[in-house]
Amino acid sequence: MIESLKHLPQAAGSSASLAEQFTDLAPPLTARQAAIESARCLYCYDAPCTRICPSAIDVASFIRNIHDQNINGAAYGILKQNILGGSCARVCPTEILCEDACVRNHDAEGQPVKIGLLQRHALDHASFSTHPFTRAPSTGKKIAVVGAGPAGLSCAHRLSMLGNDVVIFEAREKSGGLNEYGIAKYKLTDDFAQKEVEFLLSIGGIEVQHGRTLGANLHLQDLHTQYDAVFLALGLNASRQLGLTGEDAPGLMAAVDYIATLRQSDDLAKLPVPRRAIVIGAGNTAIDMAVQIKRLGAEDVTLVYRRGFESMSATHHEQDIAKDNQVRMRTWAAPLEVLLDDAGRVRGMRFEETRLADGRLAGTGAFIEIAADAVFKAIGQSMDPAGLAGPMAQAIAREGDKIRVDDHFRTALPGVYAGGDCVAPGQDLTVQAVQHGKLAAHAIHNDIQTKVGAA
Amino acid sequence: MADLSIDFCGIKSPNPFWLASAPPTDKAYNVVRAFEAGWGGVVWKTLGEDPAAVNVSSRYSAHYGKNREVLGFNNIELITDRSLEINLREITQVKKDWPDRAMIVSLMLPCEEALWAEILPKVEATGADGIELNFGCPHGMPERGMGAAVGQVPEYVELVTRWCKTHSKLPVIVKLTPNITDVRKPARAALAGGADAVSLINTINSITHLDLDRMVAFPVVGNASTHGGYCGSAVKPIALNMVAEIARDPATRDLPISGIGGIGNWRDAAEFIALGAGSVQVCTAAMLHGFRIVEEMKDGLSRWMDEKGYKSIAEFSGKAVPNTTDWKYLDMNYQVIAQIDQEKCIKCGKCYVACEDTSHQSIAQLIDAAGVRTYEVIEHECVGCNLCEITCPVEACITMVPQQTGKPYMNWTQDPRNPRAEVAG
Repeated sequence: MIESLKHLPQAAGSSASLAEQFTDLAPPLTARQAAIESARCLYCYDAPCTRICPSAIDVASFIRNIHDQNINGAAYGILKQNILGGSCARVCPTEILCEDACVRNHDAEGQPVKIGLLQRHALDHASFSTHPFTRAPSTGKKIAVVGAGPAGLSCAHRLSMLGNDVVIFEAREKSGGLNEYGIAKYKLTDDFAQKEVEFLLSIGGIEVQHGRTLGANLHLQDLHTQYDAVFLALGLNASRQLGLTGEDAPGLMAAVDYIATLRQSDDLAKLPVPRRAIVIGAGNTAIDMAVQIKRLGAEDVTLVYRRGFESMSATHHEQDIAKDNQVRMRTWAAPLEVLLDDAGRVRGMRFEETRLADGRLAGTGAFIEIAADAVFKAIGQSMDPAGLAGPMAQAIAREGDKIRVDDHFRTALPGVYAGGDCVAPGQDLTVQAVQHGKLAAHAIHNDIQTKVGAA
Repeated sequence: MADLSIDFCGIKSPNPFWLASAPPTDKAYNVVRAFEAGWGGVVWKTLGEDPAAVNVSSRYSAHYGKNREVLGFNNIELITDRSLEINLREITQVKKDWPDRAMIVSLMLPCEEALWAEILPKVEATGADGIELNFGCPHGMPERGMGAAVGQVPEYVELVTRWCKTHSKLPVIVKLTPNITDVRKPARAALAGGADAVSLINTINSITHLDLDRMVAFPVVGNASTHGGYCGSAVKPIALNMVAEIARDPATRDLPISGIGGIGNWRDAAEFIALGAGSVQVCTAAMLHGFRIVEEMKDGLSRWMDEKGYKSIAEFSGKAVPNTTDWKYLDMNYQVIAQIDQEKCIKCGKCYVACEDTSHQSIAQLIDAAGVRTYEVIEHECVGCNLCEITCPVEACITMVPQQTGKPYMNWTQDPRNPRAEVAG
């Protein structure tokens, strides 16, 4: 249950009727649609869709395989580059990646090939009698992976393929990371994240220990000693603070926490739903939050951002989803004060209008108040400092609040690697986390084998 | 509007579009619908001796394109499976009701003069405008010594044609099979036998595809299949060449040709006519889309003729024949070079990989600092093969530009590089 919203009424309607609000936002292609869509692919050479894909999926090849009715071949081609291709097909912002790069995304060509939906089609319809990848002969090496999100899972899978044994330590009850806890419910439906994890683990050689939190009941020092290498895929677990008084008042909470609860809820009718809500932020999480709370029955949802639309990190596609769901968007307004009622609960927020002055954001001196029963902050995530607080962890260099890694995902601490959202530089994309995990696995494997060879 | 009417070896028709001898012309019901839709004539589905042929189930299969569009069509159906008497009665009635349309009757009989002598007066009595001899059917009938089995032997073609000219006053069109090495031979034989015209092509021996689970080709009959006759869009290039071969053969250049093979729109028809056809016959396109297609065919042809100033079909019939020649008479000094319109280029890279992998490495891939690809022709390497233009998905993005070489026409017979040159360079 969500403590800070427990004073709010529960969602109106039955769990089943609410669940209808969370079916696939982008329904899968039918076989006929997939045939038509795959025929539109020009099978480009040195294709821009593949060049822009963070996980380097050979798009033209898998689409040709779909068209030639070699669905398993298509799926294999995707999975060998991106073992989480199923969730990426659903959550990737294709509108700024492959489908933006598609040569048919051109005035003269009409519209891009629906690459994301075709990828989903291939993976939804593939059927492998056994796990499609086999493990190389055992290296006898054992690697610790911290975090069972996309980066950790991807790294573990590739390490296993290369013949290593892996133990994944995960703080939460379930594996999947943001796929399980963070993605909007209508983007990953039908418990897909768990099914995908199950598929991934079926390669064998990977043990997952849940309830193991770095810095609490798990220590880097021990992992470093007991394993041949450590891969940190910690994610960004701490929600940034607004830095205002009233931040802890009932009615104000982090969007990611509400989304996680929503994702795990087996009875949507029990979720607290404000009549009027404010979402602060401009990223995809802010949009996900605003749209989901609207779909749960909030009458009035306002997304507030301190800059203009052009600066929002949410893509145009995401902004359109918000508009389609009657989310009001208020730009050029910075949070100033959380307004509380007599009982100390959130009753709204006061903002100062902003503008750019000499390229810098400045207040105009004009204020607005927006009434709300709940405020959700989605102003970004940072790495939880508690995880890397120990003496050894101090040796891991940082860049800002993220871990600095070299081109081979090595941290400053020998034998310790990192990838996914917790490293710099990065784009905070699932698909990039998967790529980090995959490349880090190769780096770890090569480094260990080089050492073995030299010994 | 241009006059689409034709006089094809004495057979008059309000337009050059005839339905070929095939299922669409099997009976009065279909033919009346075709005439209502506006077809200029029909070649009634092949009549034979009684008892009528018996067909199997299933009968057709297709070769598909990327969007399941039918590129080629295959059939194993025989000649009419209705009695001669019924067919003759219906032909008589339809011709009577539609006097302005061309009614040609297709015939196939064993190579016995008496049989031809017997059937021809009956056909003539229907009021039909002409007969077409089916020497082309490639499936089933050749096993019985008819169809392509006759068409593949020029002596038989000449013999049977002569019988028909002897026993009938009707114009005789000899339908040729493409399942032969040199189509000019049977055409010359038809002419020698007195044929008034030839029509071509009949269908090509074919197997379209297989059921790989059952390991049997389509169309499946029980647990087996047999080769059929191939037609539709895919055979058009083969048909055009064969029509041109006959049109430019000095022996047959004046022999009227009814063009057949993959004609589906006005442009296809115009191409056949430009290569020497005086009428065109359509079957597959009608079977795929219905008789209504003739409307757009007539409209398109007539508008194009107006645009070009052609007042009649005869005015442009054969106009491309003089420009169709032997390889040795092509100009060795002619040179085209590919030019890419960078404004239209969508950067798919298809021209580049095609040229790089399989041709002359004449396209450069340039990558700028932002990773943007640009494809440029390396002019001094380009041989002007057209491959890049063919692979380009964007119309008119790549054009083949003729170069001013300043050199005169010189064909291979005059070329000093030719060890057997007839004239020194």
